[in-house]
Amino acid sequence: MTEKTQRPLRSLSRRRFVQGLAAGGVLSGLPSITNALRPRESTTHGTASDLYGPEIDLVIGQSPVNFTGVRRMATTINGSLPAPTLRLREGDQVTIRVTNNLDVDTSLHWHGIILPYQMDGIPGISFKGIAPGETFTYQFTLQQSGTYWYHAHSGFQEMTGIYGALIIEPKDGEHIESERDYIVQFSDWTDDDPMRVFSKLRVQSDVYNLSRPSFGDFAQDISDIGFIAAMDKRKMWNEMRMKPTDLADLSSRTLTYLTNGTTPAGNWTAIFKPGERVRLRFINAASNTFYDVRIPGVTLTVVQCDGQDIVPVAVDEFRFGPGETYDVIVQPSQEAHTIFAQTMDRSGFALATLAIRDGLRAAVPSMDPVQWLTMEDMMGAMDHEQADHSAENHALTAQPIVDHSAHIAPAADHSAHVAPAQDHSAHGTPALDHSAHSASVADHSAHTAPATDEHAMHGSDSVLSKPSQSVRHASTEYGPSVDMRVDTPRTNLDNPGIGLRDNSRRVLTLADLRSAKGVLNDTRPPVREIELHLTGNMERYTWSIDGLEFGQSTPVTLHHHERVRVILQNDTMMTHPMHLHGMWSDLENDQGELLVRRHTIPVQPAQRISFLTTPHDLGRWAWHCHLLLHMDSGMFREVVVA
Amino acid sequence: MRNGHRKIARFAFALLATALSTQAFAQNDHGQMQGGKAPADARDPHAYAQGNTLSDGDYSLPGPRQLVLADEHKMFSFKADHLEYATQSDVATFDLQARYGSIYKAFVVKADADMENGRLEHSQLDLLWSSAFSAYFDAQFGASVSHYDNGVDRQFFALGVQGLAPYWFEVNATAYVGSNGHATIVLDAEHEILLTQKLVFQSRVGLTFNSKDERENLLGKGLSSNDFEFRLRYEFTPQFAPYIGITFSNTFDATARLRRSANLSEHDTQWVTGIRLWF
Repeated sequence: MTEKTQRPLRSLSRRRFVQGLAAGGVLSGLPSITNALRPRESTTHGTASDLYGPEIDLVIGQSPVNFTGVRRMATTINGSLPAPTLRLREGDQVTIRVTNNLDVDTSLHWHGIILPYQMDGIPGISFKGIAPGETFTYQFTLQQSGTYWYHAHSGFQEMTGIYGALIIEPKDGEHIESERDYIVQFSDWTDDDPMRVFSKLRVQSDVYNLSRPSFGDFAQDISDIGFIAAMDKRKMWNEMRMKPTDLADLSSRTLTYLTNGTTPAGNWTAIFKPGERVRLRFINAASNTFYDVRIPGVTLTVVQCDGQDIVPVAVDEFRFGPGETYDVIVQPSQEAHTIFAQTMDRSGFALATLAIRDGLRAAVPSMDPVQWLTMEDMMGAMDHEQADHSAENHALTAQPIVDHSAHIAPAADHSAHVAPAQDHSAHGTPALDHSAHSASVADHSAHTAPATDEHAMHGSDSVLSKPSQSVRHASTEYGPSVDMRVDTPRTNLDNPGIGLRDNSRRVLTLADLRSAKGVLNDTRPPVREIELHLTGNMERYTWSIDGLEFGQSTPVTLHHHERVRVILQNDTMMTHPMHLHGMWSDLENDQGELLVRRHTIPVQPAQRISFLTTPHDLGRWAWHCHLLLHMDSGMFREVVVA
Repeated sequence: MRNGHRKIARFAFALLATALSTQAFAQNDHGQMQGGKAPADARDPHAYAQGNTLSDGDYSLPGPRQLVLADEHKMFSFKADHLEYATQSDVATFDLQARYGSIYKAFVVKADADMENGRLEHSQLDLLWSSAFSAYFDAQFGASVSHYDNGVDRQFFALGVQGLAPYWFEVNATAYVGSNGHATIVLDAEHEILLTQKLVFQSRVGLTFNSKDERENLLGKGLSSNDFEFRLRYEFTPQFAPYIGITFSNTFDATARLRRSANLSEHDTQWVTGIRLWF
């Protein structure tokens, strides 16, 4: 199967497309205005220039790029792709003036930043957008620190180049120790017009799928497992008219995968000295691509997730979707290491190199084979005992490596980190002290929101102490917009997802994430539950929530300062990174224990997850799947906080 | 020989009818993972709105709703499933479909034509309104015009169902009712097997039934014809694929008799070459 998925790479043109051009990137000869405002030339490696707050000027315009041998116009900020890195400080009031030199409206959204809704940058929800020739001034006070990013929220401008890193230094100084600090921003690029790409999917939704089930697979299965078993393996898929290789809507058939705006052939390189601790701030700024990231031979100590400190956890690999960020500390031991980010559909990869000097390269691993989605991706838990199930699946799991009480100095003792996980039996249940949370769960005095919702009526705390398990499909999930519903979703969080199960590497899962002490600062129990189902119809190529695309929907209304539980159940076969603007998503497990603070939560197929949130800022907000084509299809809700 | 064709036609008809009746109207047996009816206590998807809408309510922007996503866009697509030529008979055949509309509702134009020696022998143009009624099926209705170079042109009212049946059969059943009381039912099903990611084997079966004789156009009452078509295409890109194929057409009973009396063959086998394309 590896053979099969890699075959297209053999042809020269194909290789150029997947690998890109070594010199690809933003070309010179930019419009004079953007040139004038450019702080400096882009470096050859595509590392974006730094702009320091609290006052920053950005100009959005067009500039030519050439990633595949074809010259195309990108939309860029200050003529740079990725956009300049904004370096700000927690507690500062920042002023960012954004000038639109495009001939269409534009906008910038500060992903994961807590701010007044008028500054959130969603045209039609938070403001009216930035008209051509206009300058909009964003002004807000930073109440957080960490690794974030920003991007356009207009049309497909995010896909055509408007994204950059946003780094906020803690007000009392950086507390994660490292000798080197790099931003590793993955994205994807298409030479096609994104709207054409979208309309092709409407005609034929598997048009970019490079591993559709074929007669070859069938013949192979017949010889391996016999005719009956081979038919049986396909029965459910064929009857339901769904494809077990629907792993991504777009593939390397149209996408070139970029690291810091650099193609794999361009080999973006981060320099280190032996013995140094290197902080890698991984940002998934892709429009439509999930990446599985690893550095063969190097343990990744994950210290932050979505900008928020977590209890450090050592893994070999992590998967992240558009919108998510992970900060990782590594201590490379060789002269050169490959940072390898293969796409979830295994059609290509982004890569970079960690090296002691420029020009070095390490071996590039081959891509893993394409795996078919399984029954658990389709039907969820089914009859399986979930605990047993996950235990079977994941012999190797991530190990929390630092005593939680002392967590704040993660990288102090690296000898401890590099040691492989010895005790596999202890998997998935890091000895985190939950007493702090449960203690405050008992404190009901704090919740003030009135019980106006129907759920709150019967919402005694004993009922709401755990997320409800009973599946409640929306009445609108029975029509043409929905191709499947899951009645027995799985609620375990320790499954790394399709393509990463049993790969003999320690792969990060949601169950491994624990916010560092003090991060989860609202421990009130929820006063009510909101249940939403992620839905779609792959054949028609439409994505929705509760079977209703955005245009048919009504907003979800939340009460100011209430503590509310949101249950997201995925009734599709794809993983959806769900991004809620304007407030945090505090992920909990199926026992109602708070785990980790996120701004973007990936929900796997047939999975039911829940999080608590506190809408502390009034106004209207966006809430959507961060796969850009899913968002634009209508997997999008407005949220009103009133 | 003729009996053999009839048997095959009956079998194909039974298969199509089963696929349509079980799948278009009463979907699936996977628990209730697909289709079905919402139970009375199904969750109200608007229950969390508390009176707010996208354009009105707390903190809404002034004026009409500004944010419109692709779910509300209308899109155009064009597909030439067959654009082919049969060398022996010098017949060119077109099978075209255009669609303009939203995800669930669209205006659809279907055009079929046979050209012999550069002359339009027969053509049919369907102008349909298409509306989705389940995850995989659309109901279609509209007008149809049939043109015969050596016959009488007809206009019909068309009503049909088109969609995707289990095991990936693209099926279509359309009833055409003419002003003269003449009715024709056309059923067809298409299936594709990917030999590789680029080499695709397509099979198609089509059946036509008439409610009464229509001598002018050499159509007889009952099962008038069937077609079996097999094409092997190579997808240089998914949107552009040349192919070779073979098509078998058979006529029966009254239709066959009418054709015999007009000195035309009852059965026809053609090798074809063509291209399939869409955008």
